[in-house]
Amino acid sequence: MSLLNIKNLSVRFGDANAVPVVDGLDLNVNKGEVLAIVGESGSGKSVTMMALMGLIDAPGIIKADALTFDGSDMLTLKGRARRKIIGKDLAMVFQDPMTALNPSYTVGFQIEEVIRQHLGLSGKAARQRALELLERVEIPGAASRLNAYPHQLSGGMSQRVAIAMAIAGEPKLLIADEPTTALDVTIQAQIMDLLLDLQRDRDMALVLITHDLAVVAETANRVCVMYAGQAVEVGQVPALFDAPAHPYTEALLAAIPEHSQGARRLATLPGIVPGRYDRPQGCLLSPRCPYVQQKCRDVRPTLDPSALGEVRCFFPLNQPSHANQEPAR
Amino acid sequence: MFTFIARRLGLLIPTFFGITLLTFSLIRLIPGDPVEVMMGERRVDPQMHAEALERLGLNKPLYEQYLNYIGDLAQGNLGESLRTRESVWHEFLTLFPATLELSLAALLFAGTLGLLAGVIAALKRGSLFDHGVMGISLAGYSMPIFWWGLLLIMFFSVGLGWTPVSGRIDLLYDIEPKTGFMLIDTLLSDEEGAFVDALRHLILPAIVLGTIPLAVIARMTRSAMLEVLREDYVRTARAKGLSPARVIFVHGLRNAMIPVLTVFGLQIGALLAGAVLTETIFSWPGIGKWLIESIGARDYPVVQNGILLIACLVILVNFVVDILYGLANPRIRHQR
Repeated sequence: MSLLNIKNLSVRFGDANAVPVVDGLDLNVNKGEVLAIVGESGSGKSVTMMALMGLIDAPGIIKADALTFDGSDMLTLKGRARRKIIGKDLAMVFQDPMTALNPSYTVGFQIEEVIRQHLGLSGKAARQRALELLERVEIPGAASRLNAYPHQLSGGMSQRVAIAMAIAGEPKLLIADEPTTALDVTIQAQIMDLLLDLQRDRDMALVLITHDLAVVAETANRVCVMYAGQAVEVGQVPALFDAPAHPYTEALLAAIPEHSQGARRLATLPGIVPGRYDRPQGCLLSPRCPYVQQKCRDVRPTLDPSALGEVRCFFPLNQPSHANQEPAR
Repeated sequence: MFTFIARRLGLLIPTFFGITLLTFSLIRLIPGDPVEVMMGERRVDPQMHAEALERLGLNKPLYEQYLNYIGDLAQGNLGESLRTRESVWHEFLTLFPATLELSLAALLFAGTLGLLAGVIAALKRGSLFDHGVMGISLAGYSMPIFWWGLLLIMFFSVGLGWTPVSGRIDLLYDIEPKTGFMLIDTLLSDEEGAFVDALRHLILPAIVLGTIPLAVIARMTRSAMLEVLREDYVRTARAKGLSPARVIFVHGLRNAMIPVLTVFGLQIGALLAGAVLTETIFSWPGIGKWLIESIGARDYPVVQNGILLIACLVILVNFVVDILYGLANPRIRHQR
């Protein structure tokens, strides 16, 4: 049984008729695995995880057939019972570490807060635990950093503190929402290494939200590709990278600059993500898809099993040949 | 931090001279002189008038009077009242606790209620409560103090008879001024019911004086809180599984307090200005009433030095607020 089970999740902002930001998303995360969620900005990656964390406020509306984490129904769980899980078994690291820490409190205070809340330690014991965590995330001079304020730390250092806070409750699932986007390139690799090291060390599941397909290729066990609020393809890494089944995944891979070496222009997928007024009736990618058929324009495909995973396409690519499914090229 | 304080103190010197010059000239711009006012409607004998002015040193050229005034100040001599012959410093000390008591009560009223209303309005943004608080605070901010005071007196004191009309304490009680704070003095005395009576006297003027600061603090708290609640670190705090109260007060309000504190400091000046009107309406025996009466009597030394003392006080309070600001905001503390 998977650790996290999301069935048909939709998140809307406004009323029930608003265009969903997350639209019928199915997703599983197994114990101890690294799942990457990729997709362009606005595809619903973060919102999905925020919904799970309970960070979506009115006028956001969350609906799902199932949203279970470690046996708890996160859809109905409220208040104190929910807060026992959030920040402990289920923790999150955010994108911009420079703003994610409270500027008015010391690093030590902010880490100890989690320890006091979830582990019931206090005073010296909590302090000691915070110090161990800072050492665990490889902050140099950890003891002196306990009394530092966030503005005295660099971005990479702040992200380490944020990670220390997130792992303080020894989570079973850590969600890292573009944890390296706001950081220097040289620091990015260090932070990724740290996250993966922690993941292996503690056998915790890691959901990695990212734009960086190279990182996905190096780190993830599985990947979920999202487009316009839907999962369009889910599959194993690296198999999915070699044989993408969904045209969007293929386009995404083609857009990696290294794949266009020697070419005058980077490969792109013409068009833009559908907005709230031009959402297609059929497949959401149909206006941009190079392989589009009439059926794609009329009917919206569902996420179905494919050769290597799951794909939301009537005419998936790179499948063991079925002549009738192969689109005319 | 030290250079910061030194720089701030250095700035005080020109401010100080500016105030002396301003009060010195403004009070003399009002037609009439102390002797005329003292004589009232009786015919003033020009001979006596001139003698009296000479006795008070008011016949000398203005620049000479000003230099004498500054010279006295430099020696720490605040002069004495032309009316009562009491030293200005002594009168100030006697009357100041009354003003301080009133101001503190007003600040307490404005601070607690303003913070609370601001926080709730921010949390329930767009609700009826939010619109209500913002509407009322706009009205409160625009309300002329003297009119608002009279309105409350008419309603609560005259109409309902809940509170006394004026003064600090009923004439029935004979309270020995130990601290100058009526609430404390009545507690120290063995007069029964005196404390409650003093409290009843205090409530209405404190509300009147606190209304404008209340409105400002409520609006400021709301906007600061709205801004802070959108911050990433509030999301982080929620993601830690902290209780909503802890997220709002420990992580939200603490940061929202930084701009509110500045406004709070600025309100101290407005508060003392408001005290002048409030004390006059409620016959509250404090600095404000004292100054108004002294202006009426052209009591030059009292007006000049009374205002100077109040100005020093406002400067001092703002100075303290600046330091508090540094304490509340670690980013500023480390810059200095």
